[in-house]
Amino acid sequence: MNSMLHLINKSPFERTALDSCLRLAQAGSSILLLEDGVYAALGNASHAGKIIERMEDFTFYALGPDIAARGLGDAPLIEGLTIVDYEGFVDLVAEHEVTQSWL
Amino acid sequence: MEEWEEPGAEVVKRFMYVNRRAPYGTIYALECLEVVLVAAAYDQDVSVVFLDDGVCQLKKNQDTTGIGMKNFSKTFGALDEYEVEKIYVEKESLDARGLTVDDLVIPVEVLAADDLREIMAQQDVVISS
Repeated sequence: MNSMLHLINKSPFERTALDSCLRLAQAGSSILLLEDGVYAALGNASHAGKIIERMEDFTFYALGPDIAARGLGDAPLIEGLTIVDYEGFVDLVAEHEVTQSWL
Repeated sequence: MEEWEEPGAEVVKRFMYVNRRAPYGTIYALECLEVVLVAAAYDQDVSVVFLDDGVCQLKKNQDTTGIGMKNFSKTFGALDEYEVEKIYVEKESLDARGLTVDDLVIPVEVLAADDLREIMAQQDVVISS
């Protein structure tokens, strides 16, 4: 069981939330991208490598309704990232001992 | 009774609205669009720019049913009816997000920063959100 779930809800282009999380989260943690954080899931974006190179360390998730809202459902997303719905979000929170929100 | 002076024939100013925010995480994007549509009624020289995360406002296939918010991406199609024809998107911002002009909901003019800089410098009023 992973001990910590990290929530990223800010665009990686505008804020440093994702960068700080990747720098400070312990290997084995889970990272859920939601709200504007889902832009970090864009597979062809300039920053995609930041997540791709940490796939061994973390399990990445992204919230489906936020992806659909932003029109990213048809965009190439980073491979290996799991899309979850709101129920999946609740499950993730329940499965982890601690949730940290990177506001 | 004094003759009322028609306020028309005044100097037309160049207004540029700069959109730099993603559409749903904050209210800025929707508010700016509403301001542009109001401003368009005043016969000024209006241009609208999308750069940084602002380009994401124009992404096709937005479906907000899952988040319970209004999908206002369809409203950008009204800019043409309001005779707002100068719509610029910064190429560098599209490239950074792996997007192309084919991903956008309306026809736009894609400009490199070097060209956008020139147009920005010519404005009388620049409103950024």
